[in-house]
Amino acid sequence: MTVTVPSTPSTRLPGSLADTLASDASLRRFLHGLPGVDEVGANARAAALSTRSLKTTAKAAALDLAITMVDLTTLEGADTPGKVAALAAKARRPDPADPTAPAVAALCVYGDLVAVAKRALAGSDVAVAAVATAFPSGRAPLEVKLADTAAAVAQGADEVDMVIDRGAFLSGRYGRVAEEVAAVRAVCAGAHLKVILETGELGTYDNVRRAAWLAMLAGADFVKTSTGKIAPAATLPVTLVLAEAVRDFHEATGTAVGVKAAGGIRTAKDALPYLVLVGETAGADWLDPTLLRLGASSLLNDLLMQRARMARGRYVSPDDFTLD
Amino acid sequence: MPRTEVRKTYKLFIGGAFPRSESGRVYPVTDARDRFLAHVAMASRKDARDAVVAARAAVAGWSGATAYNRGQVVYRVAEVLEGRGAQFADLVAAGEGVSAAVARRQVGAAVDRLVWYAGWADKVAAVLGSANPVAGPFFAFSVPEPTGVVACLAPQSSSLLGLVSVLAPAVVTGNTTVVLASQRLPLPAVTLAEVLATADIPAGVVNVLTGHTAEVAPWLASHGDVNGLDLAGADAELALSCERAAAATLTRVRRPSVENYGDEPGLGRLSAWLETKSVWHPAGR
Amino acid sequence: MGTELVYAPAPESRATVHLRGSYGLFIDGEFCATRDGGMTTTTNPATEEVLAEVTHAGAGDVDAAVRAARRAQSRTWGRMAGAERGKYLFRIARILQERSRELAVVETLDNGKPIKESRDVDLPLAAAHFFYHAGWADKLRYAGYGPDPRPLGVAGQVIPWNFPLLMLAWKVAPALATGNTVVLKPAETTPLTALLFAEVCQQADLPAGVVNILTGAGDVGAAVVAHPGVDKVAFTGSTEVGRQIAAAVAGTAKHVTLELGGKAANIVFDDAPVDEAVEGIIRGVFFNQGHVCCAGTRLLVQESVADTLLAALRRRMRTLRLGDPLDKNTDIGAINSAEQLARVTALAAAGDEEGATRWSPPCDLPRTGYWFPPTLFTGVTQAHRIAREEIFGPVLSVLTFRTPGEAVEKANNTPYGLSAGVWTDKGSRALWMAQRLRAGVVWSNTFNQFDPASPFGGYKESGYGREGGRQGLGAYLDAAY
Repeated sequence: MTVTVPSTPSTRLPGSLADTLASDASLRRFLHGLPGVDEVGANARAAALSTRSLKTTAKAAALDLAITMVDLTTLEGADTPGKVAALAAKARRPDPADPTAPAVAALCVYGDLVAVAKRALAGSDVAVAAVATAFPSGRAPLEVKLADTAAAVAQGADEVDMVIDRGAFLSGRYGRVAEEVAAVRAVCAGAHLKVILETGELGTYDNVRRAAWLAMLAGADFVKTSTGKIAPAATLPVTLVLAEAVRDFHEATGTAVGVKAAGGIRTAKDALPYLVLVGETAGADWLDPTLLRLGASSLLNDLLMQRARMARGRYVSPDDFTLD
Repeated sequence: MPRTEVRKTYKLFIGGAFPRSESGRVYPVTDARDRFLAHVAMASRKDARDAVVAARAAVAGWSGATAYNRGQVVYRVAEVLEGRGAQFADLVAAGEGVSAAVARRQVGAAVDRLVWYAGWADKVAAVLGSANPVAGPFFAFSVPEPTGVVACLAPQSSSLLGLVSVLAPAVVTGNTTVVLASQRLPLPAVTLAEVLATADIPAGVVNVLTGHTAEVAPWLASHGDVNGLDLAGADAELALSCERAAAATLTRVRRPSVENYGDEPGLGRLSAWLETKSVWHPAGR
Repeated sequence: MGTELVYAPAPESRATVHLRGSYGLFIDGEFCATRDGGMTTTTNPATEEVLAEVTHAGAGDVDAAVRAARRAQSRTWGRMAGAERGKYLFRIARILQERSRELAVVETLDNGKPIKESRDVDLPLAAAHFFYHAGWADKLRYAGYGPDPRPLGVAGQVIPWNFPLLMLAWKVAPALATGNTVVLKPAETTPLTALLFAEVCQQADLPAGVVNILTGAGDVGAAVVAHPGVDKVAFTGSTEVGRQIAAAVAGTAKHVTLELGGKAANIVFDDAPVDEAVEGIIRGVFFNQGHVCCAGTRLLVQESVADTLLAALRRRMRTLRLGDPLDKNTDIGAINSAEQLARVTALAAAGDEEGATRWSPPCDLPRTGYWFPPTLFTGVTQAHRIAREEIFGPVLSVLTFRTPGEAVEKANNTPYGLSAGVWTDKGSRALWMAQRLRAGVVWSNTFNQFDPASPFGGYKESGYGREGGRQGLGAYLDAAY
C-alpha cells in the first residue's frame, strides 16, 4: 500500500479560500461563517450509523480493511529500540499463524525512534509515522517544533503526526495555528502530514469543524482526532464532523484530505463503525488506507481475533495472538 | 439435628461496596424482646465523610440520567424487594416485634411505596415546573432540578416502610443520599442496601450508614458538601442542634414530625430536595 | 481508490416469532370465534405473503365487546385503587420490554417498516407509554383535574396502520391508567401486534374485559364509534374519516378526540446547522416511509441557501437503502398496501403534471411487494396538490421563502396543523417561530421526536385533543369538560 503524495498547499486552494489565510480576522470570518453543528443531532447521526450491521462477507472485508488502516502505535516514555523492533515485526506480519492477514498501514513512534523503526521495517510496505512538534501538548517554541519535525524526517519518517497549538486556537489566534501547520508542512517535504486537532480539548463540535478547516487550509494531508493521551479521544460524533469537513473541503478544492481516528478504539466492535461512518459520509473513496487510518495499539489483536473467529467458526483465545 | 445456620455480617454500604467502619467499632442489635440478633457497624464521622464523598461523586451521573431511566431503576428496586419480601418480613417482625402478617403488610407497603415514587420520576417536572407567562417577548420557563446530596436520618421505629419513604423521593428526583439507619432497627436498611446493589442503582446514589444517630448526625448536618437534611429520625433535641448546625451552610432542612408512613405521602418530600431554575430566552427574529 | 463497503444481507431472525394460523377476536379476556362476522387475511407488504388468518368482526361482536368492557369498568377496573391499576400497567410495560424483539419482527412483517425502526423506535416507545401512564394511575389528584377526577367509562378506540403497536399504546395506556376500559380496533392491514398485545394482557393477568380487541375493516371501527355503550371515542387516522366520526357523535354525550392528517412544514433558515438539518429532513419525511401524520412533507428552505441545502439533501438521499424490511441495514421499507401505493403514485403523478420537478436517487425496487422510492419535488408552489394534500408516502415537496414572516405565513397556509419544524442556529428565532406556527407540535433543530411525557396533537383539521403528558390524561377524565 502506498502513501499519498502530498499536494503543495499553496497550489491546492482556489483564490477565495487562499485569501482567508491573510489574517486572524479573515480566518475568523471564514471559520465562524461555516455552518454550525448541532451537538444532539450529530450525536444521533453517529449513533444511527453505528447500528449498521456488518455480517458475513461484509464483516470479513471490513475487518481486513480495518487492519490495513491501523497505525500501530507506541508512544510511551519507556519505549526502547527493542520495543519498537518487536512492534515492527507485528506490523509487517500481524498474525503469526495466518500469513493471509494483511499488514498494517504504519508504525507510529516518537521521533527519536524513527531510525530503529525504519530498519526494522525495511523491505515491507509498512510506513513509519513519527509524532512531532512537542507531542502531545504542543507547548514549545516554533523553532523547537520544527527541529523536532526535521529530525524525524531526516531519520526517514514517511509520515509526520503534528499537534496544533490548542492554546492559540482557543484564544482565537487562528493565523498562528495556520502558520505552524504550514511551516511544519514545509519541513516535511516528501513526508505526508497528519494534523492532530486534539478534539477532546476543543470543547464543541463547532470548534472541531473550524479546527479541521483551519488545518486543511494550511496544508494538512490528514486531519486526526487525538493524541490518545487525554480523554475523550476519538469518538464517532467527532469523526463524523471530520468526515463532513473533508467531504466539503474536497467539494470546494478537489483535494482529498484523509481522516485518522486515534485513541480509545480498542475492539473491532469499536472500530468497524468508524469505517461505516466515514464511508457513508465522505464517500467510498475514503475507505482506503491512503485516506482513513485508525490510531491504536490493542485494537489490532482484537481485529485479528475476530478475523480468526470468522475463519475458524469458533471463538479463539487471546493467547493465539502476540503481545508485543 | 436442625441444620446450623450461617449467620450474616452486617456492614456499611458506601460507594456501591460494603466496608466495615473505619473505626473498627460495632454495636449489638437486639430484637423486640432484647435478644441478640447481630452486630452492625458503628459508623464514625470518617465513614460519614466517605459516604458524602461517594454521594457527591454519583451526583453528575444520576442527576444527568433521564427521569424515565431513574423511574425504571427505582421500579426495579421494587421488583427485587418484592422477590426478597419474606426475608424482609422476618427482619421487620423480629425487630419491631410485630406479627408475621403485619410485617408482610409492611413489606408490601414498602414495595408499593417504591412503585409510587418510581412513577413520579418523569412527572415531577410537569407538576412542579411551568411555562411562565411573563409580560415580555420572552419564553420563560421554570424547571425543578435536584439539589445534590441529601442526608437522611431514617425514622427510628418504621424500619422498612419509613426508611423507603424517606430515601425514595430524594433518589427518584435525581439526588444522591447518605442514609443513617434507625439506631435500634438497622437490619432492614443494610439488607435494603443489598437490594439496591443488585438492582441497577449506580454506586454512590444511596449510601447506608449504621450507628449511633446522635454521634453521626451532627457531622452530616454541619457538612459543607451536603445540600439537604431530612431529620425524620431525630428526636427534638437532636433535631434542634442539627438544624442550627445546618444553618451555617444553608443546608435545606426538613424537620421531623409525627408521620404515618402508611398514608399516601403527598408532594412534600418530592419538592423538598428540588431547586427551581427559571430560564428566560427572547423570542424574536 | 477506496472500496465500497457492501453490506451483506443482515436479516433479523424470524425464529422468535410464533404466529398462529388463525386469530379470533379478544373479548372479555379470551380469544373467541366471531358471532356474526367473517374471516380475512393479513399479508406482508414486502413479499405479499399471507401471515395469518384474522377475524373480521360483526355487529354482534362489537356489542359483546362493549358490554364486556362496561362490566369490567363498573365492577372491577373502575373500582380498583389507582395504585393497583398502575401495577397492571407496569406488568404490561415489562412484558412488552421482554418480548420486544419478537414484537418488533411481527410489526415489521405486518406493516413493512424497517426492523431498525420497529426495534429502536416503535417497541421502546410503546413500553415507555405503559411505564409512563402506569405512574399516573394513582396520582390523578396531582394532574390538575381536581381532587378526584373520574374516568369516562368505556373507550372506543380506532387506530391506524402506520405505527400499529405504538398507536395502541398511545390509546390504551392513558385510558386504563385513568380507570376506563377499552374496545380497540386495529387497522385492517396491521392486526397482528394488537392480537399479540391481547396475549400480553393475559400474561399480565389483566382482569377480563378491561381490554378488548376487535379486528376488521372500517365498518367495524364505525360500529365501535356509533355504539351507544361507548362513552369516549378516540380516533387516529385520516381527516376524512375524522370528519365522519365528529358528525356521527354529534348530539350524543360521547367525548371525542381525533388525531388526523398533516402537511407539516419543515423550515430551514440560512443559519441552520446544515448536516443536522439534512438528517432532520430525511427523518422528517422518509422515516417510516413517510407514513407519519406529522411528517415534514413540505420543505420550506430559505431561498439564499436552497441550492446548497438541496445538493446536500440529494447527496444524503443517495445513501438511503430501500429493501427487505427485515434486513437490519434497510432504511426504507415497503408501502403498507397496494391501495396506499396507488394513492402515493397518483399524487406523485399530479406533481409531475402540475409542473414540479421530480427526483429520486437510483433505487432497485424488489419485484414483489409494494415499493416507492424516496422522492423529492422541487419547483413546488403552494397551489400544487403535492403542497396541499397529504400524500402519506416518501415524497417531499420543496418550496422556498425569504423572511421568517413569510415562512410562518406559508407554513400556516394549510387546513392542517399537526406539526412543524424549524432549523436555525438562533434561539430567539426558533422561539419566535414556535410562538407563531399554528401547529400542535413544533420541533426545533430536530424532528419526529416522541415521548410519553410530551403532549401530541393537532390544530385545525389535524384534529383536537392531546395524547401524552399531563395534558393527555384529560381526554379520559370526566373532570376536564
